[in-house]
Amino acid sequence: MISRIADWFDSRLHLAKFARRALNHVFPDHWSFLLGEIALYSFVLLIATGIFLAMFFNASSASVVYHGSYKALEGVAVSAAYRSVLNISFEVAAGLLIRQMHHWASLVFVAAIVLHLARIFFTAAYRRPREINWIIGLTLLLLAIGNGFFGYSIGGDLLSGTGLRIAYSVLLSIPVIGPWLTFIFFGGTVPTGPAIPRMYAIHVFIIPAILTTLLTLHLGIIWRQKHTNYPGPGRTDRSIVGSRLWPSYAAKSFGLCFLVFAFIAALGALVQINPVWIYGPDNPAAVLPSAQPDWYLGWMEGALRLFPGVHLRLGNRLIPEIFFPGILLPALIFAFLYAYPFVDKWFVSRDDEPHNVLRLPYQQPFNTAFGCAAFVFLLALFFAGSDDVIAVASGGSVVAIRTILRVLVFVAPAVTAVLVFTACSIVRRRD
Amino acid sequence: MIIRDESANANEADAGVSESGAPVPFRSGASGPIQEGSQRIGTLFILCAFSVAAASAIGFIFAYWTGSNHVLLGGTLALSLGGFGAGLVIWAHRLMNDEQVIEAREMLPSSPREREAVSKDFVAKHQVQRRKLLMGMSAGVLGTLAAAILSLLRSLGKPPGPALMATVWTRGQRLVSLEGNPVSVGTLQPGSTISVFPENQIGSENAQTVLVRVNEELLRLPKSRANWAPSGYLAYSRVCTHAGCTVGVYEAETCLLQCPCHQSTFDVLAAAQPTGGPAARPLPQLPLYADEDGNLRAGGDFSEPPGPGFWGMP
Repeated sequence: MISRIADWFDSRLHLAKFARRALNHVFPDHWSFLLGEIALYSFVLLIATGIFLAMFFNASSASVVYHGSYKALEGVAVSAAYRSVLNISFEVAAGLLIRQMHHWASLVFVAAIVLHLARIFFTAAYRRPREINWIIGLTLLLLAIGNGFFGYSIGGDLLSGTGLRIAYSVLLSIPVIGPWLTFIFFGGTVPTGPAIPRMYAIHVFIIPAILTTLLTLHLGIIWRQKHTNYPGPGRTDRSIVGSRLWPSYAAKSFGLCFLVFAFIAALGALVQINPVWIYGPDNPAAVLPSAQPDWYLGWMEGALRLFPGVHLRLGNRLIPEIFFPGILLPALIFAFLYAYPFVDKWFVSRDDEPHNVLRLPYQQPFNTAFGCAAFVFLLALFFAGSDDVIAVASGGSVVAIRTILRVLVFVAPAVTAVLVFTACSIVRRRD
Repeated sequence: MIIRDESANANEADAGVSESGAPVPFRSGASGPIQEGSQRIGTLFILCAFSVAAASAIGFIFAYWTGSNHVLLGGTLALSLGGFGAGLVIWAHRLMNDEQVIEAREMLPSSPREREAVSKDFVAKHQVQRRKLLMGMSAGVLGTLAAAILSLLRSLGKPPGPALMATVWTRGQRLVSLEGNPVSVGTLQPGSTISVFPENQIGSENAQTVLVRVNEELLRLPKSRANWAPSGYLAYSRVCTHAGCTVGVYEAETCLLQCPCHQSTFDVLAAAQPTGGPAARPLPQLPLYADEDGNLRAGGDFSEPPGPGFWGMP
């Protein structure tokens, strides 16, 4: 049967040669090479669950009165978006499960991308000829973070309203063009007004379309260039060692796909996430105490908190304090990440040869030390983003915790860098 | 079948090319033929996993049609997906020949001859007169077209103009609570606070104001604002100057207003100057006066534009 179908297609498309090459495509086996696949499969699940949610979600900030099975909000004036989220959660069969799976999938998606990026960084897989995929991958990360933020900002709840007011302020702070950009995006001075349907269009159409395109390109380039190998017998820059795509690699990858789905389904079933009915509807006169963004924005939230209250006056112009941690810091971090393959090539390893065998972390003390320091820096910022929660939990004061973190955010990365550099150098010398 | 191991001739292994262009087997250590017994146990595991998957899928359908909650729905779904995934992975590990292969990598750069041929086809084949002029014109057309399309962005939002500078507060407007009750001199005790709005503008995002009453002797307002606080009533913008959150917490003991988002604090007694946290500018103050009936009224708009900072903020 299969053979007859294959013949039917082959006699029209001349596929046999291509199919044989595809079946024999070599994939190296290593657990750390699965992180990108996990990201891919969470993206697939995001699209599937997102399509279901789109059947019921109403991206409108119009004021309506809630009537439904969540009695605590009966008769309360809410936005149409918020009411539709409550309906998905309480009226639509399986709606709450799908909503929670969608949110969990987004967290797993960004986490898998970040771990994948770390694996690439610490093994220097971004070197020639893979700089293009490094740049595409970083763009995918940015889009994933942005789409996550848009996703949890359109629900009309108090947490999303708080987040949007902060986003509005950050965008407004950009010198010269900030007010224009803010008015173009938000359509006025109300952060939760016309921006809701705009963010929805971006969230379900524009960014997913770009993500899908870039993802296809990312995978196409991997296929063309073939995967890297860890150092080992037979592995050189001119050869590749691994297993064939068909059958065992394909079966394992297909199995992993379903395991990722299962993991996210279990999270959606068992671990509550973004309970908007507890946060309550958005209300410009109210604020959610201990508001926390999703994990991938925690470092930015921390930067907003740690940066001192210093703004810049240029004549009668102003650069507000929030511009530095809210725009400049992330812009510098991502600009540096985008440039890293070239920084490595020009300043660190001074090596522009094509490489297909990875460097192990200890073989590149500078990169590893730098990467670990950056990680510790972001971790300190991440904790600073929750300093009020930490203060409540530990019984300490926010001021004291913030002072400690203001020191740690510089000292800890420096100490980490020195320790890691020394450790890598010792191991390398013994090697 | 050629079996290679670590001691095999390095060049041969490096090359990794077979006559047909397919990858050739490469043995590095453990992988060997799968034992009969291992295969039988593997099959058993897979059958178990697939049975769990199918049974859970039926369970999911049953849970769905009986209106079960998300825990049961998600649990059966996870078991079904996980059973199938686990079965596939066991299948691959136990029953498929997971042999390591080696293959020579294709050189990525094209040969100089290929490059030369493509550049010839691109540039020189069909000589066009006045190419430079026409190319320049094309760029001009595309540039103006892009500008034309980009100008559509204006539909999304009007120029910021005065919207960021002023609020709806004007001189003489009564202060009303969220419920719409006018606020008079007797409404608050010293040490307490409420949110107020301009009359008929309840809920206005940038005009929302926090009204605090303090002990008059404690006031440390600048001289120019000496008469802005009748009977110890102080009114400040409720929108944080840092990131636009609502400054919602008042500590009566220290007379500090706090923003719950990033914990900026503002000294109510001293014209809401920032005393801690990431905010750099004071909360704008609303001048107040009491009319002859004792109602609190605005003496004008805020002292500065309310809310987070921007390029043109005075």
